[in-house]
Amino acid sequence: MTMNSNLSSSESAKKAAEVERLSQKKDVRNRWLLSLPALAIIFFAAAGPLLIVILYSFLTPGDYTGVIWTFTTETWISVVLERDFFDETLGWADAHLSIFWRSIRLSLITTILTAIFGIPTAYFIATRSPKSRNIWLFLITIPFWSNLLVRTYAIQELIRNKGVINNFLQWIGLTNEPIEMMFTDFAVGFGMTYVYLPLMVLPVYASIEKLDFKLVEGAYDLYASRWQCLRRIIVPLVRPGLIAGSILVFIPCLGAYVTPQILGGGNQLMFGNLIALQFGQGKNWPLGAALSLTLMVIVMIALVYFVKVSSGENKKNG
Amino acid sequence: MARSSLFNRPFEIKRIPSFQSIALFTFVGLYGPIIILITYSFNSSASLGVFESFSFQWYITAWENEKVQEAAFRSLYLAATAATIATIAATMAALATTRTKKFRGMTLIFVIINQPLMIPEIVTAVALLVFFAMIKIATGYTGMLYLIIAHTAFCIPFAYLPIRARLESMDLTLETAGADLYATPWKTFQRITLPMIWPGIIAGYMLAFVISLDDVVISEFVKSAGQETLPTYMLGQLRRFITPETNAIATVNIAVSVILVSGFFLLTQRKK
Amino acid sequence: MTTNDEAIEIKNALKVYKGDTDVYALNDVSLMIKKNEFFTLLGPSGCGKTTLLRLIAGFEHPTSGTILLNKEDISLLPPNKRPVNTVFQNYALFPHMTVGGNIAFGLEMLGWSKSEVASAVDEMLELVKMQDLKNRRPAEISGGQQQRVALARALAPKPQVLLLDEPLSALDLKLRKQMQIELKRLQSETGITFVFVTHDQEEALTMSDRIAVMNEGKILQYGNPRDIYHHPENKFVANFIGDSNFLLADIQNGNAVLTDGTELKLSKENKEVSNGQKSILIRPEHVQMSKAKGSKKAFEGKISNIVYFGTDTHFHLELKTGDDFTIRKQNTPNEGTDFEIGAVVELTIDENAIQILND
Repeated sequence: MTMNSNLSSSESAKKAAEVERLSQKKDVRNRWLLSLPALAIIFFAAAGPLLIVILYSFLTPGDYTGVIWTFTTETWISVVLERDFFDETLGWADAHLSIFWRSIRLSLITTILTAIFGIPTAYFIATRSPKSRNIWLFLITIPFWSNLLVRTYAIQELIRNKGVINNFLQWIGLTNEPIEMMFTDFAVGFGMTYVYLPLMVLPVYASIEKLDFKLVEGAYDLYASRWQCLRRIIVPLVRPGLIAGSILVFIPCLGAYVTPQILGGGNQLMFGNLIALQFGQGKNWPLGAALSLTLMVIVMIALVYFVKVSSGENKKNG
Repeated sequence: MARSSLFNRPFEIKRIPSFQSIALFTFVGLYGPIIILITYSFNSSASLGVFESFSFQWYITAWENEKVQEAAFRSLYLAATAATIATIAATMAALATTRTKKFRGMTLIFVIINQPLMIPEIVTAVALLVFFAMIKIATGYTGMLYLIIAHTAFCIPFAYLPIRARLESMDLTLETAGADLYATPWKTFQRITLPMIWPGIIAGYMLAFVISLDDVVISEFVKSAGQETLPTYMLGQLRRFITPETNAIATVNIAVSVILVSGFFLLTQRKK
Repeated sequence: MTTNDEAIEIKNALKVYKGDTDVYALNDVSLMIKKNEFFTLLGPSGCGKTTLLRLIAGFEHPTSGTILLNKEDISLLPPNKRPVNTVFQNYALFPHMTVGGNIAFGLEMLGWSKSEVASAVDEMLELVKMQDLKNRRPAEISGGQQQRVALARALAPKPQVLLLDEPLSALDLKLRKQMQIELKRLQSETGITFVFVTHDQEEALTMSDRIAVMNEGKILQYGNPRDIYHHPENKFVANFIGDSNFLLADIQNGNAVLTDGTELKLSKENKEVSNGQKSILIRPEHVQMSKAKGSKKAFEGKISNIVYFGTDTHFHLELKTGDDFTIRKQNTPNEGTDFEIGAVVELTIDENAIQILND
């Protein structure tokens, strides 16, 4: 040990650098090892199987379930196009396209509705006293942690023919016949709005909470009206939360399965139901695979768009 | 702070007209259906119109229903197992990916760990169906392992996030002090780091537990015949017919969620 | 200085942080700290004093250079293998352990028996006078008390060297002065070498056996407080410790000649300095003022401002050279002063009060 003090300075510099490099390498390797269990599990049961889905989308459907290992691109074509039964010409696959369109339409409407109700709610919570704020937050998240089924079921109990609303209306004499609300686009939209509302409230709340109300005071000091203040000061500063909330609602809506199935029945299919169908009655696993990938791609695009818009926000606000 | 009349209110900086009304309406709207559900679960009659009398009838029926029992126990067992494995894996991963400058592949690890949050559930469910079908054909195994692994996978990111948050807010000098006082890296972890992130680990566990308990879509596609979890059982019931039993089960589910989420909140609010 | 005296020796330590621009936290630092010494590293923020301390503790290793403890090279030893303990600036007390638990920690890590640990903990608590607080948690005690627990914790394993990283900076003035006395007492009682980091020059002067003044990763001067104060080698050290008057002078034949021709006699040691233009330092309290007699060769100045400080009065003067000059005069109980703003005064400076600087 005492010998080292006699090393020339360049040798000792090299040695120190070497030790530094090796210890850093060891550190990185240890971190990878620590992450291994989590990575392995997720790869096996989430990421990895997706590769198989990609593979399956290029195969031929089997008779009952499963696939025949023959390569084909027919499946991908049949996502948007279909062959006419008689003359084999290609036309648009109306059934599929109307489902895609319904999914996007309903997801957009749901996003807008959750925003209409969610933004004031978030604002309300953010402007409570710090002590009660946490209680309000707690209240808004509880419904979210109950089962998706439970929440969807609650809506079903409200709107079905023998449900609460109809019973009430008939009881007070407003109607004689039950109003058909189930199995409509309305039902699905209503249900999804109810289910995903907290997801809009939380990010918007986070944004509003960060808002420095001195800026609002400054605006009033400079003669702004309430409306101008809202439009020119509050909304722009809260936009990041709005964007985050929109994405948190839009994407799950696109891929919704349970809610459309229960409230829409077999009539109002959304993307998720269409995919599930291929693995049930539809007996077309490759098509299901292709549709899944299509959904995933649409979601990725939405996510990328979101990241771009929100990082643009970050640049704007400095 | 006396308010003389509606038109002479003192100017409140933070007030935006009609926001408060909409907000309160939303809260009522949010809890309304649930409260109705809970109320009618105690209804002695089966209809949703008239409230006859208070009764635990449906709870008893549900409890005695063998299928419900089986599904409930299976859900609990699944949640406990998946949450445990997920929390351990997530703790290790959190230790690996926090409090360090970016190393090669760190973003990749982060993306993979959070991947279940970014892909729609139906896509994952379908992928697992396909993948496990292959394995079933090859090995003939149709046990609980598929469900356990599937649940563990999507529980990991939920356990990971609170643990990571706790780690990042931990005072770094504490571990340095430990090393200064002769603790080996393992002892430092055992005596200093672990006790300090423990609330985060518990919070992560509870979150994972709730997520697993509530899962419908993936469970539905991954389960083998007869392997009902409580949510898949409910889904089956809802597709076919409504029984008031469902109200009871739903209410219990709400109660369990409330308890677990309250616990989670308490644990994460107590940040010293 | 016999070589058996050494506790810590640092040889040519270099610490570079690579980045867009390379940051030289330590730029060829060499130092020797003696056993049983209260040694202070003094300098402004960012001068490298904390980095040097961390190098000794083992939390970082030097980019190049060696660190020797009792002649052994510890440069590459991990911190938990060095018989060196640290009192951190934010105390770093373990919040989930009691005061007693904190103090016991290092001993437990070293494998001491339960009874040894218990008696050591009690001994330490007595040393820092905190016996009643053994079972409290860090969050329940005051800042000053936390600081003493941090001290006790670091002293318990009886290290060879104790490192203190600005431990008093979070305390209010009165508490700080108390702790300064406490620390000095502890150091002489325990006989452990203390290496103390601070940016407060008064603290350094009152507590240290020797001081190293640092700036921008280099040690500018080190020695005992008296030497540093009275014989600073350059402007930075002179300015950092105490108040200074700097004048440009031409050294000729044992005199310092100011730009207006005034000659100031130099002391015998200073006579050996080579001729040429240098900066000289004169401390404000080393100058006598008297009414100007009008003699040609006198060193004179005109009072431009008078500031009253209670214990003394500062007179700001303008010299014939054009420089500003400050004189500090201790106040006497007698009222009145001979000096008013605008008065011209004659300055008398002892030859030993003039210090020639290297820059």
